Amino acid sequence: MGLRALAVLLTLTLATILYLSRLEDFRIFVPGLAQGALMTLRITAAAAVLAVLAAITAGLLKLYGPAPLRWLAVAYIEVFRGTSALVQLFWLYFVLPGFGITIEAYTAAVIGIGLNIGAYGAEVVRGAVVSVARGQWEATVALNMTRAQALRRIILPQAFAAMIPPWGNLLIELLKTTALVSMITLGDLAFRAQQMNQTTMKTAQIFTLVLLVYLAMSLTVTLGMRLLERRAARGILHARAA
Amino acid sequence: MSEPPMVSFENVTKRYGSLTVLDGLNLTISRGEKVAIIGPSGSGKTTVLRMLMTLETIDGGVIRVEGEPLTHTERQGRLVPANLAHIRKVRAKIGMVFQSFNLFPHMTALHNCMEAPVKVLGLSRAEAEARAADLLEMVGLSNRRDYYPSQLSGGQQQRVAIARALAMRPRVMLFDEVTSALDPELVGEVLQVIRKLGEEHDLTMLMVTHQMGFAREFADRVCFFYEGRICEEGEPKAFFQNPQNERSRQFLRAVLEAG
Repeated sequence: MGLRALAVLLTLTLATILYLSRLEDFRIFVPGLAQGALMTLRITAAAAVLAVLAAITAGLLKLYGPAPLRWLAVAYIEVFRGTSALVQLFWLYFVLPGFGITIEAYTAAVIGIGLNIGAYGAEVVRGAVVSVARGQWEATVALNMTRAQALRRIILPQAFAAMIPPWGNLLIELLKTTALVSMITLGDLAFRAQQMNQTTMKTAQIFTLVLLVYLAMSLTVTLGMRLLERRAARGILHARAA
Repeated sequence: MSEPPMVSFENVTKRYGSLTVLDGLNLTISRGEKVAIIGPSGSGKTTVLRMLMTLETIDGGVIRVEGEPLTHTERQGRLVPANLAHIRKVRAKIGMVFQSFNLFPHMTALHNCMEAPVKVLGLSRAEAEARAADLLEMVGLSNRRDYYPSQLSGGQQQRVAIARALAMRPRVMLFDEVTSALDPELVGEVLQVIRKLGEEHDLTMLMVTHQMGFAREFADRVCFFYEGRICEEGEPKAFFQNPQNERSRQFLRAVLEAG
């Protein structure tokens, strides 16, 4: 989908939310859902930062790390990719205290979701680095660069451009996964919606609004990633220099 | 004692699995010599360059650069695999230009030529820029210094690649089929640059090429490879006019027929 179409869709979604939130039937849910949306955004932002850091670290260690660290990276990726995010959250929040480590629900949510998406991201990072043409590595050898110099200056900048589209997918996945945190007592958007649904039974109104809010958030992520993609592509492809 | 040869391959063997690509290669190249390597595909000629650039490991024998083993060190009279620091020290004398250019797509022509001099040789940015600008002028691309590779023609990209390699001041330049990926009308401009380089008497050049006319006029020596061995070598004139070996004759006939 083109940038313009995305922008139009996002504007329409926001306008619909604004319109509905003024109607009698919907108005009472707005403060509660706004609070929930704020929590969802906070968790999404913090977990996204953690996911990116974890992904780059694990992805590069799996490729180039010394044996023990490489195994650790593989173990991390497989464990977090191979088990359910919900179980991971439960484990962090309810099981870990049994070992004497108690963490806040919010922290558990950020760590759990960040590391879960980071495990998928590690494969994205690895794939993007591997996809850089072999000739680029060979050129760095012919110029007598070290591996670290080659990676930092030549390979990663090119891999970065290839990573952006799959990261757009992962960040939307991350946004939607945050709905699970309602299971560990956090008052995110999904939690507030269920809570209000139980007291008012206005399921249609509440979940229509919630659906639109999630859509607005994910469209914003997509739009942001598209802009980033375009900037990165300019650095690689250069239609014509200014 | 006379000085050691610039490059020597001593009984070098390369295998991929059960396939022997190079079979006990012996080849000595003097300082400033221009050597053309020709032969049918699969004869191991590109492998020779790639081993010298340390892009391929060797399975037997030793390669020396100015007498010093490239991937080995001598310890108590025996050759043992060298560490990376040693390899990098010897490798610094060698530069290479590739068939597919391999320019860095995210850097301008100028920055392509500055990157390694700054990061590897430790030149200041000003020094590296002056050196890169001189070399881009030498290859006739002063007015393209701020262009990205994707904005340049194949011939221009290859000339930038030559400038980039020269910016490291190598003693030996390797050219691996550097005109094979080019449209026919762009071949000339690249060969022109290589010809100009040839006037530098100190620079040793080793090229794998399919341009028989160019090899004949440019090289001091031609080596014809066949099935992992040097089948025939000699002065270009003699080789092209009167090849001694049946394989060489067949090859030259086939190349001539193809035009």
